[in-house]
Amino acid sequence: MAASSLVLSDLPDRRGYFGSYGGRFVPETLVGPLEELEHAFRAVRRDPAFRRELNDLLSRFAGRPTPLFFAKNLSARLGGPRIYLKREDLCHTGAHKVNNTLGQCLLAKRLGKKRVIAETGAGQHGVGTATACALLGLDCEVYMGVDDMERQALNVFRMRSMGARVIPVTSGSRTLKDAINEAMRDWVTNVRTTFYCIGSVVGPHPYPWMVREFQSVIGREVKVQIRAFQSGDPDALVACVGGGSNAIGLFAPFYDHKKVAFYGVEAGGEGLRSGRHSATLCTGRPGVLHGARTYVMQDENGQVLPTHSISAGLDYPAVGPEHAFYKDTGRAVYVAATDKEALAGFKMLNETEGLSAALESSHAVGYLPRLAKKMKRSQSVVVGLSGRGDKDMAQLAEGFHEPH
Amino acid sequence: MNRIDRLFIDLKGQGRKALIAYVTGGYPTLSAMDKAVKDLVRGGADLIEIGVPFSDPIADGPTIQESSQKALDAGITPGALLDWVKRFRKSHDTPVVLMTYMNPVVSRGIDRFAREAQTAGVDGVIVPDLIIEEGRPLEEALARRGVHLIYLVAPTTPPARREQIARRSRGFLYAVSLTGVTGARRALPKDVGAFLADVRRRSPVPVAVGFGISDPAQARHAAAEADGVIVGSALIQRLKNKKPLFPFARSLRRALDRP
Repeated sequence: MAASSLVLSDLPDRRGYFGSYGGRFVPETLVGPLEELEHAFRAVRRDPAFRRELNDLLSRFAGRPTPLFFAKNLSARLGGPRIYLKREDLCHTGAHKVNNTLGQCLLAKRLGKKRVIAETGAGQHGVGTATACALLGLDCEVYMGVDDMERQALNVFRMRSMGARVIPVTSGSRTLKDAINEAMRDWVTNVRTTFYCIGSVVGPHPYPWMVREFQSVIGREVKVQIRAFQSGDPDALVACVGGGSNAIGLFAPFYDHKKVAFYGVEAGGEGLRSGRHSATLCTGRPGVLHGARTYVMQDENGQVLPTHSISAGLDYPAVGPEHAFYKDTGRAVYVAATDKEALAGFKMLNETEGLSAALESSHAVGYLPRLAKKMKRSQSVVVGLSGRGDKDMAQLAEGFHEPH
Repeated sequence: MNRIDRLFIDLKGQGRKALIAYVTGGYPTLSAMDKAVKDLVRGGADLIEIGVPFSDPIADGPTIQESSQKALDAGITPGALLDWVKRFRKSHDTPVVLMTYMNPVVSRGIDRFAREAQTAGVDGVIVPDLIIEEGRPLEEALARRGVHLIYLVAPTTPPARREQIARRSRGFLYAVSLTGVTGARRALPKDVGAFLADVRRRSPVPVAVGFGISDPAQARHAAAEADGVIVGSALIQRLKNKKPLFPFARSLRRALDRP
């Protein structure tokens, strides 16, 4: 079937596939629990009581809907299309991650699991999970690479303040990938009592689907909010992609609106030719990692490659399977912004709009100068501002230098 | 006939249990691993399982993780391990099974992997992150080459599903003794016997139990309701501490053979 004839509700299929990506590549121990989770999620999606409870938390606790802001000064500076910012940075906890953690932790409660585990890179998903667990009375343990604990020390403190245990991960590259490995090992061991709250649209089915559904509130709001500024859809959507949850959340509700172009911005690190980056879709090839068939950065023997990014949240050698599908079918275009471009984006948004975006989101902003050149002044683009930069300030204050 | 099938027929005739020994491929070096395997066979191992090191082994505990990383750091590749099997075949008829995660297989190409496994003299393949719903392509590619795909069942696998998996598994069925990752444990779960008895009742192929088995007493206990036992991390720990494998393998063998 041609991708263009598919509608969002068809994806993924019953086996968790987006085209040839996704599925369930896990130890047998996890199959029963994943099926239990899938059934529970199918049930709560249609359960008015669950939806009411979640919507209530999203609005009264997390602060939704988040505004769609017309970045007039930034648009003028770049001289291209009108630029709108979807202000996920204004969510409680400072990033879009809480949309998903509230949903999953409510589900954990329904399933009667008292212990929730999570992995985190930049710490935003860890903070989001710790927050939801504190609110809902669940025990929370977060796996985090020791290198990330150092560069995101503030978030480690925030998680601990809310009663979460942060478990340092010293294996492998000591970043997000290894935090997921450790969380999966914990889950295989404690699966009968533990709920694994995955932070992105990655992992085995039903996670990529479930996390997309929880994050799609972003794009659904944009669909309505853009009408205050113009009569039709935006011409383009731009978001950073690590695992890809804020990007899918923004893109997926527009999937059938074929005139809306999608741009996913990966972490180009020190440049794609340097080998020091995390641009999985730009440079990787299909493989299997963390339970799903998807693009993976790997060597010729199938060993996963070390990655680099200035932002801990994008420092990941795989990507959500739905993005892999969007790439192969041409529905979305994936590009890379380097560390320098991200820093320039961070600076530019501060100066023009008084907004400090997270380093992750700054990759999307950093791509705008290139995108603006390709678009007309009469057009419009919505940028997913997935998180705020507070967590990065210490790191930036130490090392900030003029990009050149 | 596949060497694994031959082995279990022979063992059944003798009323004995299979001793399956796991070593991490290329750990601590390829030549040290070669010696380890030969010592294990001499000590009474019936089947050798070679772990193909992978950068992200989510089903493995610290011991095998560390040995895999060491082997990778020393430059081991799947190709080098296939070459080793080819050399081993010149002197030994012991069945060899490769334990590999899915990504290296996908990366190599499923058909190429199956062809190379057969050519090298590999008898079976265990993929800890491959479940029956995803297994058809590899299953068929290996079957065309006469190489067995060995599936795993876990204590969390519901009874009806245990049967489905057992019917798809070739050579033997790998019963995971506990919910968790590989690694030596002080004790196996109390209900492991009942779990194994249930699996064995449902399985048309022999059942071998693994995960957490670290000494002769545990091996004997686990083997009571199985056709074989798999010992891995305990061997790797001995290799790491430079303790000889031959006497350990012999003590496992004796524990299994004791009437």
